[in-house]
Amino acid sequence: MNTRKEQSARGETVDLSKVEKILEKYKNTRGAIIPILQMVQAEYGYLSEPVVDLISEKLNISTHEIVGVATFYAQFHLKPRGHHIIKVCCGTACHVKGAKKVLDKLSEALEVSTGMTTKDNVFTLEEVACLGACSLAPVMMVDEDIHGKLAPDTVATVIKEIKETGISGAA
Amino acid sequence: MTMVNNETRNQQLQKPQIIIGMASCGLGAGARNVLKSVEHELKKQKLEADILHTGCIGMCAHEVLMDVIFPGRTRVTYGNVKTTMVPQILEEHVGKGEAVKKFVMSQMYLDDKTVIPYEGLPFFDDLEMNKGQKKYILRNCGYIDPDSIDEYIARGGYTALEKVLKAMTPKAVIDEISKSGLRGRGGGGFPTGEKWASCAKYSADEKFVLCNADEGDPGAFMDRSLLEGDPHAVLEGMIIAGYAINATSGYIYVRAEYPLAVKRLKHTIEEAKKRGFLGENILKSGYNLEMYIKEGAGAFVCGESTSLQNSIEGKRGMPRTRPPQSVEAGLWDKPTCLNNVETFANVPFIINKGADWYSRIGTENSKGTKIFSLTGKIKNAGLVEVPMGTTIRQIVFDMGGGIPKKKKFKAVQIGGPSGGCLPEPLLDSPIDYESLVGAGAMMGSGSFVVVDDTTCMVEMARFFMNFCANESCGKCPPCRIGTTLMLDILTRITVGQGEEKDLEVLEQMSDEMKVMSLCGLGQSAPNPVKSTIRYFRDEYIAHIRDKTCPTATCVALHKYEVIPEKCTKCQACIRNCPVKAISGSTMKVAFINKEKCIKCNLCYEKCNFMAIK
Repeated sequence: MNTRKEQSARGETVDLSKVEKILEKYKNTRGAIIPILQMVQAEYGYLSEPVVDLISEKLNISTHEIVGVATFYAQFHLKPRGHHIIKVCCGTACHVKGAKKVLDKLSEALEVSTGMTTKDNVFTLEEVACLGACSLAPVMMVDEDIHGKLAPDTVATVIKEIKETGISGAA
Repeated sequence: MTMVNNETRNQQLQKPQIIIGMASCGLGAGARNVLKSVEHELKKQKLEADILHTGCIGMCAHEVLMDVIFPGRTRVTYGNVKTTMVPQILEEHVGKGEAVKKFVMSQMYLDDKTVIPYEGLPFFDDLEMNKGQKKYILRNCGYIDPDSIDEYIARGGYTALEKVLKAMTPKAVIDEISKSGLRGRGGGGFPTGEKWASCAKYSADEKFVLCNADEGDPGAFMDRSLLEGDPHAVLEGMIIAGYAINATSGYIYVRAEYPLAVKRLKHTIEEAKKRGFLGENILKSGYNLEMYIKEGAGAFVCGESTSLQNSIEGKRGMPRTRPPQSVEAGLWDKPTCLNNVETFANVPFIINKGADWYSRIGTENSKGTKIFSLTGKIKNAGLVEVPMGTTIRQIVFDMGGGIPKKKKFKAVQIGGPSGGCLPEPLLDSPIDYESLVGAGAMMGSGSFVVVDDTTCMVEMARFFMNFCANESCGKCPPCRIGTTLMLDILTRITVGQGEEKDLEVLEQMSDEMKVMSLCGLGQSAPNPVKSTIRYFRDEYIAHIRDKTCPTATCVALHKYEVIPEKCTKCQACIRNCPVKAISGSTMKVAFINKEKCIKCNLCYEKCNFMAIK
């Protein structure tokens, strides 16, 4: 029962023991689906089919309901994502200060469109409504670091730096 | 359990202190590198100093902010700190006690005022951006280490809770809050005391106090700053509210996009528990309250109270019809009281100062101060806290420092997607709940985005409608279909396919959506459209009838041209053109080759003389 591996329709192998640990922790909490999905996603990067099936089985909630919740919130992903997540803020302040151009430039530099992951699985480019760092607009968040006062010509440097060092220090 | 202790940390200062603003805005500007460099230089120069981390002091445009306190002297603030400035500041100020004047923004007294000021340095409160502000709710942000409960206590923290639990009945607390005139800072402006009173009158085996920290308004960050800068004040306010309505547990619903705030809150709750301010038998009064954090998962609609409750219950965050109101049957169908972060942060202050004192601030119907997050095309972007009734002009031009790059003020968008755009003639109107609604905007969460004359208001309306259409939960058709159809029309207008009757249709749809939508999202989604049509009708007409965009924002409509009389031959446009479509020299006025031009709008933006149309 310790390590349980299952294959999904897509052919990926997923180690489910971590999910069981998370479920164990939340078994007595009310309304725990969202925190469970958040923790599972933090562990695997996304919500895979076998993981959702297991949660459904253990909590006795239909998979439809779980997927219904997961698709309602912008935070959950049912497809794998890259190692680094780039979230470009498109809030009002950033919009007024040219977020669109930053996004276009990133899209060009990474050769992916918004919402997609690069071929080498390193970056996923996303658009978010607001990161709450409006005074530094335009802003993007790489993993948990905020990079502010961006300009189309500086974003490429940030990406290059991350590619070279593998980590994203604040600009 | 420790009792509240009011000794200030600064009286016992033995060695210099270095304080670095480490809120999200500071980190984004590079505070981590400054910190590293400070640590490195201290070792290198063999100096001793305590390093403290604080939240945001509100001057976000000047981040990274680093303060130095030399024992016996005032606290000096350095702005726009770069790692290259660190060695000199450490050597002269931390080492010898002489402030490096060329980098200094201001100085300020410590709590006791017995320290000696530096000559020739302005004081913090005298800076243009701080004059006219009243920092009551933000009093601790940027001053204390938010992770240290001792520092909060040292500045009078938890005295309000102690007073409430020892000397006041729940009813007396509610009366005090009612008397103060405090209204919900989340936007709607419902009287807080009234809400608490109606929740208190229901009895149930379980009752909840909720904190709405799902600040989703694009352009707003005051809740984040409070949570990152002074989390104990919010928590203290919640515990007092919990006591007043006899809540058994509390939930803080905070956006997952604010990882630092989440981390701080977890730590804050633990610390408060350890000291007996939270949990079982709080301060030996017999009152119990448990506190939980729920991380939001990225849905704007969850800022609406019933959606938020559904989300905590683990469902899709969709609103429900009311009645029953949440105060009667909210979270898990139990009586629930929901307030915003800033509302809770007001509570300890009111209890300490007294309702009479508090109600003297502000206007007749809007009491106290309001924090605005000032962003967009403005010099001093950041947080400002002003008494209700301050005019828009004061905020934009006095505290905000006006519009950069010699451009002109055009409008201010107050209250995010639920608010509206107010034009220049309304600059002198005071800010309070009623007058904003009257002008067609709304307090909303208090975002304050300034736009200059290069911003297209039609595009702005389209932007907000796009946001609302994306964020509509889809439960009620007026909002789901209304936002989509209005977005279609607005998009059509911005690409030059607008029709004469569009304005009429938009106005009619706005009114219908306002009346028919289920929750605040749909009811307020048309606000930006309505207010822009009301104040900037000319721009709509220019798009529809003349197929031009007066500000050259809507690229599809534009043919770029140089105005020869205005061109100063500075060549900024030529340097910035990515496709080399502009020719000219120091001798010759710039010329744009329309065939090569890709309409990226860069030349228009880079031109400082409005010479490109």
